[in-house]
Amino acid sequence: MKTYLNFLWRCFRLSFVGDWRYYGWMLGLTIIVLLGLNAYAKQLVYGLVVTGMTDQVSWGLYIANFTYLVGMAAAAVMLVIPVYIYRKHELHDLVIFGELFAVAAIVMCLLFVQVDLGRPDRFMHIFWRFNFPVSMLTWDVIALGGYLLLNLHICGYLVYAAYRNRKPSPRFYVPFVFVAIGWAISIHTVTAFLFVGLGGRPFWNTAIIAPRFLASAFAAGPAFIILTLQVIRRYAGYQVSNEALRLLRNIVTVAMTVNMFLLVCELFTEFYADSAHLASTKYLFLGLHGHHGLVPWIWTAITLNTIALIILYLPFTQSLRFLNIACVLMVVGIWIEKGMGLVVPAFIPTPLGEMVEYQPTLNEALVCFGIWAFGLLLYTIFVRISVPVLTGQLTLNDNVTPQAATAGAIAK
Amino acid sequence: MKSVADQSNSTGEGRDRLSRRSFLRGSLGAAGGAAALAAALSPLRMLDTEDYTVEKFLQKHYKEMSPGDMDSVLDRIRGEVEKRYAIRPELRDIKAQDGVEFVYALHLGRCIGCRRCVHACVQENNQSRSPEIQYIRVLEMPKGSIDVEQGRHDYDRPTVPDPDHYYMPVQCHQCANPPCVKVCPIEATWQEQDGIVVIDYDWCIGCRYCEAACPYWARRFNFTEPKIAREELNPNMAYLSNRPRKQGVMEKCHFCLQRTRAGQMPACLEVCPVGARKFGNILDPESEVSQILKNKHVFVLKQEVGTLPRFFYYFDEDYPRNTFNKPLPVLPGGSHG
Repeated sequence: MKTYLNFLWRCFRLSFVGDWRYYGWMLGLTIIVLLGLNAYAKQLVYGLVVTGMTDQVSWGLYIANFTYLVGMAAAAVMLVIPVYIYRKHELHDLVIFGELFAVAAIVMCLLFVQVDLGRPDRFMHIFWRFNFPVSMLTWDVIALGGYLLLNLHICGYLVYAAYRNRKPSPRFYVPFVFVAIGWAISIHTVTAFLFVGLGGRPFWNTAIIAPRFLASAFAAGPAFIILTLQVIRRYAGYQVSNEALRLLRNIVTVAMTVNMFLLVCELFTEFYADSAHLASTKYLFLGLHGHHGLVPWIWTAITLNTIALIILYLPFTQSLRFLNIACVLMVVGIWIEKGMGLVVPAFIPTPLGEMVEYQPTLNEALVCFGIWAFGLLLYTIFVRISVPVLTGQLTLNDNVTPQAATAGAIAK
Repeated sequence: MKSVADQSNSTGEGRDRLSRRSFLRGSLGAAGGAAALAAALSPLRMLDTEDYTVEKFLQKHYKEMSPGDMDSVLDRIRGEVEKRYAIRPELRDIKAQDGVEFVYALHLGRCIGCRRCVHACVQENNQSRSPEIQYIRVLEMPKGSIDVEQGRHDYDRPTVPDPDHYYMPVQCHQCANPPCVKVCPIEATWQEQDGIVVIDYDWCIGCRYCEAACPYWARRFNFTEPKIAREELNPNMAYLSNRPRKQGVMEKCHFCLQRTRAGQMPACLEVCPVGARKFGNILDPESEVSQILKNKHVFVLKQEVGTLPRFFYYFDEDYPRNTFNKPLPVLPGGSHG
């Protein structure tokens, strides 16, 4: 126990140590976090009126980001599956980076739900009267909470074992890894069901949403992880093999192809049948009754995703530099597609046919940036700690000061 | 990057100086951080602390309160209302009666779209006046369609009715299979024995999932602190209906249960100048609504979503169109985004 507390203390110390780039990055993130916190404090005082949401469009950027990040968290399994099911052990350590990212993403998800509440102080009510199994939101609480604990356990155990120079005992983590694989798929499925289950919202009330969620998550998630691994191997001095990145690239390519295919299926069904079902889709892609707010967004998303897919498929763009570009395009493209493109249009027109558009406010955007910055801050600290531990520079038995022992692993 | 490691090892003899400097730097950083955090949180000084008391935090769910608990909660609310509006309210917790199931029927041939129901409702039920929250939305529909997307929400004319349109008011349908109740994660909204779907405003966390689930756009959210002038407050209140609400919670039509459970008619019905609104107990075969459901051409809105509304629309072929010819000025509609 004392060793463990000492480990935590050293981790804490370590997170304040780095070179000027690390300090600059952390300082920048901290400033954004504080700006977000300030915006949220205003929201607490004046209410959700400081956002762009209305009775007509009652969910906006917060739920959009939540949905996107659930997918990012679920995508950690795309690193786990090759290791534990296909036994590609060269990826073993990378799994930890994926799962640490999942932890950061889930924390962001929970924060996005929290800031969306009108009465966050009553969040405890969920523990007194839990409308389970009827409300899908309660399923989501269980799924996200469970996933957070699973990943914390797996990463925490593996990193701590490395710290103590012990070989991790498979008994203590492999079963959890397999549970986490199923659980990851379930968190995103349950989140999709949250929307799909509403019969009054035809735009969401379609079975294709859950598969599309998974496909887009398994494209955007690994794409984000590829980008972080590129940063880690460049600035944190941790060896990530090109093979690992190529494997992830294959995963991203397949997932993105499936995602685009499902999009085509959905568009065909909606537009060919041309029923009353179509209103929201028409608003999103073409504009409706003179309202076009989301049209530029969705076509930007489709353009970004298409370019990314072309880059992934063309033979002369196999270098990792092109891969980075494709990943950035996908991370942004899928954010728009899933955020603005999935959450918002279901409210336009309203169930009574009223056309009210949604325009996020600056305050709302600041809260979102604050949460993202907080998530990145967390993830940076996780990586900052786990890299020296995994490379054996920070162990139980070294008696050097943390500065000296770990300076080799300078984080970003 | 590896070279930095060698550097810091080579400066081993300067470690003491280094740690003193880093200690200074650390305390400066901590002080600066604390100051920045305090600055970021400074808007919270404006927070209405009366809303966040331990007593309220520990208040039980409506269904778990004993009669004694309820009495003390009602007392507290009376005190709050008195303090804020200088009126001692008639606040009760009025329960559903046995053998009663309320049903609403609306005569589409009669409604002239004057929106008097909308405003009578706001006054009766203590909705916020700024921003104004309205439970009833009247649609101006082209003849020949019941597709709500063809309807106009913001119609404004010198007088109504317009001969080329008919008018369809929509409010909470008190569905027998309510999607809003199903989705609520914390059971802050539920269906009572008399069919009314109610909300415990002290339990709602404001996630707005119910608002997304409702196919009739019947629910309203308090995006900011509701404002009502003292002289406009209706002191006849019930816990589950028209007592003043707080910022951040959901509300909606509850068939004026503070009136209807005491044998009166809803405010929207009483004000209707053309008698388009009928309300009563469907379990009583002699009631007017039972007769309408039995004898008239009745339909429900969006039957395909399977919500089984208790709010029916009907036409009456014995009642020729535009019998009521005296035009009335129209009152303003609600917010349109």
